[in-house]
Amino acid sequence: MISSIIFTLIAVGSFVFAGREFLKIRRNILLGKELAIEGDTRQRWGNVFLIALGQQKMFKRWIPAVLHLFIYVAFVITQVELIEILVDGIFGTHRFFYAPLGGFYSFIISFIEVLSVLALVATIAFLVRRNIMRLSRFHKPEMKGWPSKDANLILVLEIFLIFFIFLMNSSDMHLHDNKYGFAVSQFLSPIWEGTGESTLHLLERVGWWGHILVVFAFLNYLPFSKHLHIIFAFPNTYFASLKSRGEMENMPEIMNEVKSMFGIPVESTDAVNAENLEFGANDVPSLSWKNVLDAYSCTECGRCTAVCPANLTGKKLSPRKIVMDIRDRADEIGKKLDSGNADFAKDKNQPLSASNFDDGRSLFDYIAAEEIHACTTCNACVEACPVLINPLEPILKLRRYEILSLSQGPQEWLPMFNSLENSGAVWSMSQDRDAWKADL
Amino acid sequence: MAEMAAEGREPEILFWVGCAGSFDARAQKVTKAICQVLDAVGMSFAILGTEEMCTGDPARRAGNEFVFQTLALQNIQILNGYEVKKIVTACPHCFNTLKNEYPALGGNYEVVHHSQLLQELINAGRIKMSEGGTFKGKKITYHDSCYLGRVNGVYEAPRAVLESLDSQLVEMKRCRSNGLCCGAGGAQMFKEDEPGDKRINLERAEEALKTGASIVAANCPFCLTMMQDGIKAKDKQDEVMVYDLAELIVNNMVR
Ligand code: SF4
Ligand code: SF4
Repeated sequence: MISSIIFTLIAVGSFVFAGREFLKIRRNILLGKELAIEGDTRQRWGNVFLIALGQQKMFKRWIPAVLHLFIYVAFVITQVELIEILVDGIFGTHRFFYAPLGGFYSFIISFIEVLSVLALVATIAFLVRRNIMRLSRFHKPEMKGWPSKDANLILVLEIFLIFFIFLMNSSDMHLHDNKYGFAVSQFLSPIWEGTGESTLHLLERVGWWGHILVVFAFLNYLPFSKHLHIIFAFPNTYFASLKSRGEMENMPEIMNEVKSMFGIPVESTDAVNAENLEFGANDVPSLSWKNVLDAYSCTECGRCTAVCPANLTGKKLSPRKIVMDIRDRADEIGKKLDSGNADFAKDKNQPLSASNFDDGRSLFDYIAAEEIHACTTCNACVEACPVLINPLEPILKLRRYEILSLSQGPQEWLPMFNSLENSGAVWSMSQDRDAWKADL
Repeated sequence: MAEMAAEGREPEILFWVGCAGSFDARAQKVTKAICQVLDAVGMSFAILGTEEMCTGDPARRAGNEFVFQTLALQNIQILNGYEVKKIVTACPHCFNTLKNEYPALGGNYEVVHHSQLLQELINAGRIKMSEGGTFKGKKITYHDSCYLGRVNGVYEAPRAVLESLDSQLVEMKRCRSNGLCCGAGGAQMFKEDEPGDKRINLERAEEALKTGASIVAANCPFCLTMMQDGIKAKDKQDEVMVYDLAELIVNNMVR
């Protein structure tokens, strides 16, 4: 009875706390600008099934893909067991579904056990890969500190989870003369030969509580971790742009201005707000909400950075860092909004809110000019990302801001711009554009 | 194009030459090669000549939307004025901008890259290769440009064109969707690399050299320059040549 109450309190508490954090993330994502989601819904679901659920992009490299799949499937399937844990925890029952499901129950739990063993193998392999083999993409500057700890912590949590599952199942099996017939625990239960019944009960309880507490801890840890991708990969692949990669987002305000300059009739009547013209993006609120969703979906795997030609040749640009910076900045704005500190209000006479916010900082406090200038727009990062994040889009928006709103940018581009404006060619040339015809 | 229009003739295709194809000495050779191929197969084509402007790709990717729109809208006015329907270009950046970015501004055309046109002409038997041509049995490696390959998904056409040379195609480790950029895109062509360990074109040139190929085939005037410079930096310019697909074909076709 007491344990039921304690369990219910912990369960409700952890759902409430986690829920609050998830709502904050939602708020942070919606700091971004509106974006119309266009295109075929079926194609979007196709992406969700193939890329999020089917992990298609992971399979460019087989070994990590298979190992990751073990952890992922084990994790998802283990959640089935969570239903029973919740029922047992609240009503004080024991293996509630065993009686009604019988053999099928044993099958499900056995399945989970086998997956857990595979996940254990994968987890250890990942720990080795990160910390002993030290794969370079896991040790770039942006991974220092929390990001590396985050990655290891989750792997360690996974090991604890698996340990508790087997502690629970094997001691329970021994207590019940192996009647459950779980695939892996039946081989483990002989360890408990000669252990007293009360000790076994205690061990079973430790396993049960340990397991569920790790799950609750994980739930509350997710919002602060790169492991948010286990949830966000789904909406992120759904909302990923279906347009051609080659098309940069059009800027109708500028198009219309130029059109009217040339006397071309302008279809849209969207009045350009001439006073407050800011082009491109310098901060989270001027990115699209999809750019921010991208940032929260990032697995920090570094596949993008590992193929980035700029990063490969020692430049400071790392597409992963750009994406992580956007998340950090969104978190920063979120925290400042939560603080209610009136210093962060843009208009000090109005209450602090997402639309009345100015802390004097921007993404340019995170991202240096040399980073955004180094990008060749090669799209390798876009191609590489397993969860369809587009790191290139924010880079280009930052460039637009720099050039259009700040009138800055690499000096070397000025002659090109001048020549384009004056002669319509990238280089200033004395000869005619078709001079080459002469010696055809 | 102006002449043809004045005479009331309509070309089969408009050849978009691009800035590099017009002014860069190396790329001019590619421009001429394409003209020679089109002439040889008897395909009527036109160029915009002095009415053509940069498509605006480097300006847009540098962030200068204003300059991009200025160029693009003028080009579209000209193209629409001549009622152009089909365009071929030897530059993947022009190709991408004309194909993917002009529609939003009111310019809708069927756009092909010259590697696609070459493949079409070879398949249709309009281009015939001479037996035992210059490149027979030679090792050729193909460099995927970002804007033809990864961005527009054209991987097979240029390879099919190379196959027709009877040469031996060897792939670099990073090819097709994993191809490594030459370093020129995103308006990098018009500035120095940011501080780092190495130039990007050197990294790619080293990879091309590793294949042991004596010819590096490209499909983009900027890749051409970048690869050539990279190979020169490795002092291999006498052993390894960098050519555009069109140059290889023109050298090997029955005319
Ligand atoms: S598009 Fe830019 S950031 Fe992405 S891989 Fe290429 S150079 Fe790096
Ligand atoms: S952006 Fe994509 S590829 Fe890059 S680190 Fe994040 S999840 Fe990995």
